Amino acid sequence: MPTLTVRVKRFDGKKSWWQEYKVDVKSRRVSVLDVLLRIKEEQDPTLAVRYSCRMAICGSCGMVINGVPRLACQTLLTEIKDDVITVEPMWNYRVIKDLVVDTEPNFDKLKKIKPYILRDVKEIYESDKEFGQKPEDLEKYYNFAYCIECGLCMSACPVVATNPRFLGPMALAAAYRWSADSRDQGWPIRAKIVDSDEGVWSCHLAYTCSAVCPRGVDPGFAIQLVKVALMRRAKRL
Amino acid sequence: MEILKHDLLIIGSGIAGLRAAAQAAYTAKIDIAIISKVQVMRSHSVSAEGGMSAVLYPDKNNDSLDLHAYDTIKGSDYLADQDAVELLVRMAPLEVRYLERIGVPWSRHPDGRIYQRPFGGMSVPRTTFAADKTGFFIMSTLWQETLRFDNIKYYHEHFVTKLIIENGEFRGVTAIDLKTGELKLILAKAAIIATGGAGRLYRFTTTAHSTTGEMLGYAMRAGLALKDMEFVQWHPTALVPSGILVSEAARGEGGYLVNKEGERFMKRYAPQKMELAPRDIVSRAILTEIAEGRGFVHEESGMGYVGLDLRHLGEEVLNQKIPFIRELAHKYAGVDALSELIPVRPAVHYTMGGIHTDTYGRVLTPSGEWVKGLWAAGEAASVSVHGANRLGSNSLSECSVWGRLTGEQAAKYAMEAPAPSTDEKYIKIAQEEESRIFDKLLHKETNGISVYELKGRLQDTMEQHYGPFRHESTMKEGIPKLLKIREDFSRIRIEDGSRIYNQNLKDALELDGMIDVALAVAYGALARQESRGAHYRLDYPKRDDVNWLKHTLAYFVGGQLQLSYVPVRITKWTKFEERKY
Repeated sequence: MPTLTVRVKRFDGKKSWWQEYKVDVKSRRVSVLDVLLRIKEEQDPTLAVRYSCRMAICGSCGMVINGVPRLACQTLLTEIKDDVITVEPMWNYRVIKDLVVDTEPNFDKLKKIKPYILRDVKEIYESDKEFGQKPEDLEKYYNFAYCIECGLCMSACPVVATNPRFLGPMALAAAYRWSADSRDQGWPIRAKIVDSDEGVWSCHLAYTCSAVCPRGVDPGFAIQLVKVALMRRAKRL
Repeated sequence: MEILKHDLLIIGSGIAGLRAAAQAAYTAKIDIAIISKVQVMRSHSVSAEGGMSAVLYPDKNNDSLDLHAYDTIKGSDYLADQDAVELLVRMAPLEVRYLERIGVPWSRHPDGRIYQRPFGGMSVPRTTFAADKTGFFIMSTLWQETLRFDNIKYYHEHFVTKLIIENGEFRGVTAIDLKTGELKLILAKAAIIATGGAGRLYRFTTTAHSTTGEMLGYAMRAGLALKDMEFVQWHPTALVPSGILVSEAARGEGGYLVNKEGERFMKRYAPQKMELAPRDIVSRAILTEIAEGRGFVHEESGMGYVGLDLRHLGEEVLNQKIPFIRELAHKYAGVDALSELIPVRPAVHYTMGGIHTDTYGRVLTPSGEWVKGLWAAGEAASVSVHGANRLGSNSLSECSVWGRLTGEQAAKYAMEAPAPSTDEKYIKIAQEEESRIFDKLLHKETNGISVYELKGRLQDTMEQHYGPFRHESTMKEGIPKLLKIREDFSRIRIEDGSRIYNQNLKDALELDGMIDVALAVAYGALARQESRGAHYRLDYPKRDDVNWLKHTLAYFVGGQLQLSYVPVRITKWTKFEERKY
């Protein structure tokens, strides 16, 4: 029955400090989120953590755990050999309180790349047709549709860290996902948006985004695919 | 205090809420706001795995709308309103195709048609899916679809504390902006409540931490009625010990359930449909196996469980059709489904009951009048299409269908309705609400009861007294415990005194609403002296159509919970068979 030491970087809106909690766990097959929730319920209800599904699909609980941006619910103690766990809010965001950061700027960037099927809206809303899609066409974008918008990629990106205007891996991967969908006709419009300093050309290929993605989306690769399409002046992806 | 005005307010941001927003935004150039206690793409609908039912290709699948309706009505143990079911099955294919047009990555046949798989209680394969992350893909696509419209505003992480309904008309809400701790008064011409179910009334549940259902309690406080709350669905296969969902898709794709003797025990409970019997039947079968000593025992938690056997399905099916199940079992139970049994047991999964509405999702008072300007959709509503037991994959259809229907109706209503009144009395209501929350609730003396201790007591009481096997004596013992919890809430201790992102306060406000919802479940279950669908009584093991073919309504009269009953709407399925599968 190990006793964990959990070091949390806290912030109350004005000042920041490190706080240590001791937690006894029966088994290591529990997540960092489980441990944080026990601290909230049993020791310190003032600790703020954003969380919901606890199964790595809602994208709420991104944070920096022992130096790596990860989802707390997807990080089991079995993967952390140490009995000391250090938890910080995600980098590259304004901290609201403790581990809760403001990820809403990500959603504004997402909106900029028009993350929806671009074609006749009337056809979408008033027809009853099935556009249809072959499995091989689905494969072209499927992996990039797994994005849960947790924002970990934005937290790990060195360019986002220095250039807040950079659209960043989350929105740019979405630009590829939507443009590569056989039902979409929006590539010419999105190409203009991402072919810019705020777009793909600011990416330095650090690939930290892909390294931390909890769903294997590989936004770094998506950005390279967009660059290739721009260079070739492709009519569609 | 900030006072905001919109034409249409959508409370809740799951599939029903987002679908309503998209349809409303397309229907009319009105000012729409989505308000959610989470960031809007994070609602619990993301956790839905298995799929969405719809009759897409009747000729190829030997299917028909009538067959889908029949399966649903029989699955509901005849408590569903048949006109609502007919609307569901007629609209569901339209919705699957709409979701296809906005970009949901449905799994496909080689010719480009949408693939469908078998599901429990469905006569033929009619469950449309996107691998085993169907809910996630629909949510992600719908949320991004709403970004198409500039007339939708998002209130992320705003917690609604009160519905303002006056003279039978919706007026607005008060809500706390969790990021700042500021109380806002949001006035609107119309609203749609789409806040989901109440799975977290119980301790062992597949649902997200956010699925607390307080809005259902707040709805009763605002004079509305809840319908059929005693019908709580236990999903047969939740991962032990976490409760994380293992989708019915696992059995739809051919998975077996086995006890510790290696026997496929479903042959003794549902010899024809086996593992694909409806959820109430499979859940009781698993619990019976465990109770009679044929289950496994989980070492750390002491939980009994059975094995979900997917070994014979092979790597390709696991990786292509149900990859998330393999991932979740590996991550959270430490087993590889390709070579080991997955440890599963039933967990609370779905709230069949909800806010009393008519067939179109219009919210009704206890006496059956429409509350003008107010709709409810999705799991928060009881329309009712699921009756006493929901069939797997009918909920995504319901959310999408009634999201669309209510979005369209509410948008048209809001176009015609006069601007929301900013009368002083609403400001006064909001000021009183601010005082109730920040002066009274937040500043409690230090010797009170912890929010989490009290919430634990509530969950334990529900597990022990209102579980899948119910009896008058145990249910009667539960009532005073719930009433004591209600009383003890007045002595709650909130340790976080700050305004910014005060989750301790939010948790207390959730609990406050949950207690009322629990009472509706408890009183409804105690009163219903029969077994029907998910409501199973050891002391009344048979369905009783003579006395109990009716919906329960629960509402407050002078602070006391009252029950009354309304008839089930029957159209053409008049032969009430015994449910054998």
